[in-house]
Amino acid sequence: MINSKVAVKPGKPWAATPRERALDLGAILLAAVGSFALVALSELKGKLAYAGVFFLLIIVINFIHNYLSRGIATAKDSIASTFAVAGVLITLLPITSIMFSIFERGKTGFKLNLFTSDMKLNGPNDPLNQGGLLHALTGSGIMVGIALIISLPIGILTAIYLTEIKGFFTRPIRFLVQAMSGVPSIVAGLFILSAIVFPITKTPSGLMGGLALSILMIPTIARTSEEVLLLIPPDLREAGIALGGTQWRTISQIVVPAAKSGLMTAIILGVARVAGETAPLVLVSGGGDALNLNPTSGPMGSFPFYIWKSFTFGTTESIARAWAGIFILLVLIFILFIAARLLGGDRKKK
Amino acid sequence: MINPEDQDPLDKGSEKMETTTPSSLSSVAANAAAKKKPGSGALGVGLEARGIHAWFGDKLVLQNISLDFWSGTVTALIGPSGCGKSTFIRTLNRMHEFIPGAAMAGEVLLNGKDIYESGTDVTKIRLKVGMVFQKPNPFPSMTIADNVLAGLKLAQLKVANKDDLLEECLVRAGLWSEVKDRLSAYGGSLSGGQQQRLCIARSLAVRPEVLLMDEPCSALDPGSTLKIEETISELSSSMTIIIVTHNMQQAARVSDYTGFFLSDGGPGELVEVGPTSEIFSRPKDIRTENYVTGRFG
Repeated sequence: MINSKVAVKPGKPWAATPRERALDLGAILLAAVGSFALVALSELKGKLAYAGVFFLLIIVINFIHNYLSRGIATAKDSIASTFAVAGVLITLLPITSIMFSIFERGKTGFKLNLFTSDMKLNGPNDPLNQGGLLHALTGSGIMVGIALIISLPIGILTAIYLTEIKGFFTRPIRFLVQAMSGVPSIVAGLFILSAIVFPITKTPSGLMGGLALSILMIPTIARTSEEVLLLIPPDLREAGIALGGTQWRTISQIVVPAAKSGLMTAIILGVARVAGETAPLVLVSGGGDALNLNPTSGPMGSFPFYIWKSFTFGTTESIARAWAGIFILLVLIFILFIAARLLGGDRKKK
Repeated sequence: MINPEDQDPLDKGSEKMETTTPSSLSSVAANAAAKKKPGSGALGVGLEARGIHAWFGDKLVLQNISLDFWSGTVTALIGPSGCGKSTFIRTLNRMHEFIPGAAMAGEVLLNGKDIYESGTDVTKIRLKVGMVFQKPNPFPSMTIADNVLAGLKLAQLKVANKDDLLEECLVRAGLWSEVKDRLSAYGGSLSGGQQQRLCIARSLAVRPEVLLMDEPCSALDPGSTLKIEETISELSSSMTIIIVTHNMQQAARVSDYTGFFLSDGGPGELVEVGPTSEIFSRPKDIRTENYVTGRFG
C-alpha cells in the first residue's frame, strides 16, 4: 500500500483565496471613499446620506466585480446578498445601540445596595448608595411566578387540545388564542381591575398583578406550544397508540417529552413577554416602594413600575436609578434566554 | 386505564417470565416450546378478517377482504402501491380509525371475538396485536432500554423483572449483542436498521399474539433487511406475523402464506391467497402471475 499519511492533507479548495479577499476588501474601501466623495461634492448631508450612498455604491461595485469575474448569475446573486447583509445590519443597529446606551447609563446607578434595600425610607433626591430595588426584584419575581403557575398548565393544555385531542372547538379556540395574543396589555389590567379588584378585593395586590400578567402569558405559551407540538412527527403518536397506550398516556409519555425543549422555549417566551409589562401592574398591583413578600395583601412593587416611577421624579439620582433598573431587568431576561437555550439544547449533544 | 388483574394473556406472560431462567436464550426457547405444545391453541387460526371494507371519506379503498392468519405462521401481503395493503393491516389492530375520515365494515376476529364489538377496550386489542411501522420511529426522548419498555409504561403494566424482559426482547429482535453496552444511549443514536429492530423489540415487550409489519424494511439497506428477516423467522414460531412488503424476494424468503392485493383504479381487492411457494410458482390467477414475474406493478 502507498503511504498516504503524508501525501494528502485536508483542505478547503472552495474557500476564498487571499486575492479574492483583498478584492472584496477593496470593493468596500472603494465604496466608502466613493460615498465620502459623493456626499462632500453634492447637497447630501448627514450620517444617513453616507450610509445610503455607501449601500448603493457597494451594490454597483459588487455587481460589476462579480459580473466581470464570474458572470451575470453570480452578479445578480451578489445584489441579493448585499440586501440580506444590509437587513442584518439594520436589525442589529437599534439592538446594539439600545444595549450600549443602557449599559452606559445604567452603570452609574449600579450599586450593590440596589439588591439589598428598598425605597421605603428614601426619596428621589437621596444619593445612589442609599435605597434600592429589592422590592421591585422580589415583586416582579413573585408576580411573574404567579402568572407562570397559572399560565403554564392552561397554556400547555390548550396547545394539547388544539394539536392532539382536537374537536369541534379547535377552530374557535385557535382563533380566540390568536386574538388574545394581540390584546393590549392595559386591557388585561383593566379586566382584572373591573372584574376582581373593584367588586371583590377592593385593594390592589401582587396576586392581582400576577392574574393580569397571566392573561397576557397564556396566549403566548399556548401558541408557541402549539407550534412546537405540531412539529412532533405523527409517527410517534401512532407508535404510542399501537403499543397499547391510551391517548392521554401517549401524549404525556411520548409527545410532551419529545417536545420538552420546545416547550421550555415557550415558557421562557411567555416569561419574557410579561417581565417588562408596566400598564397592567400600574393599575392592579399598587406599586409600592416597600419590600412586600405577601402577594395577597398590600401594594407590590415591580421592575417596570420602579423604572417608570423613578423616571417621572426627574432628579439626577432617580434617573440614574431608573437606568440601573432597566439594565438589571435586561440582564435578567438575557440570563433567562441563555438558560432556556442551554436547557433546550442539551439533547442534540448526546 | 388497564387493570393488570383482568389482563389474562399479559398476566400469563409475566408469570412465565418469573419462572423461566434468567438466561434469555433459554427463555425464548421455553416460550417457543410452550406455544408449540399441541392443544394450547397455538396452531389454530390466530386472526380472522371477514368481509373487510374500508373507506377514507366517501372513497372505498378496500372491498370485501376475507383472510385467515394462522398462529405460528408468517403471511406476506404483496401488491402494487395504493392497493390498500397498509390500510388492511391497520384495520387489524384498529389503527385505521386513527385517521380522520376513516370508516370500515366487516369483522376482525381475534381468538374468535370481534375486535370491533362495541364495548371492546381498544388499548387491549393493540396490546395483543402489535405493529411495526414503515419508518423506524423510536421515541426520541427515551433511551434504548426505555424505548423497549415503553409499552409497559404506556399501558401501565407491571412486570417482575424488567431487566430480563429487556434482554429477552432485544435478543429476540436480534439487537442485543449490538446494544448491550449502551442501553442508556438515546434510541436516535442507532443506525436505521438498528432503530427498526429496536422498534420490533419495543412491540415484543408487551407480548403481542399477532405482529403486523408495514413494509418494515423499505427504508433499510440489504444488510439490515437480512437481519430483520432473520428476526421474523425467529419470531414466527411463537406468534402470528403479517407483513406488508413491496419486495417479492422478501415475501418468498420469509412467509408461509402470501396474499396478493390489487386495485384497478377502484377499491383494492384480494386477488389470491395461498401457500407462498404456490403463489410464486403456480399462481391460479393470471394477474398474480404477471405481478410476481415482474410483468407489471
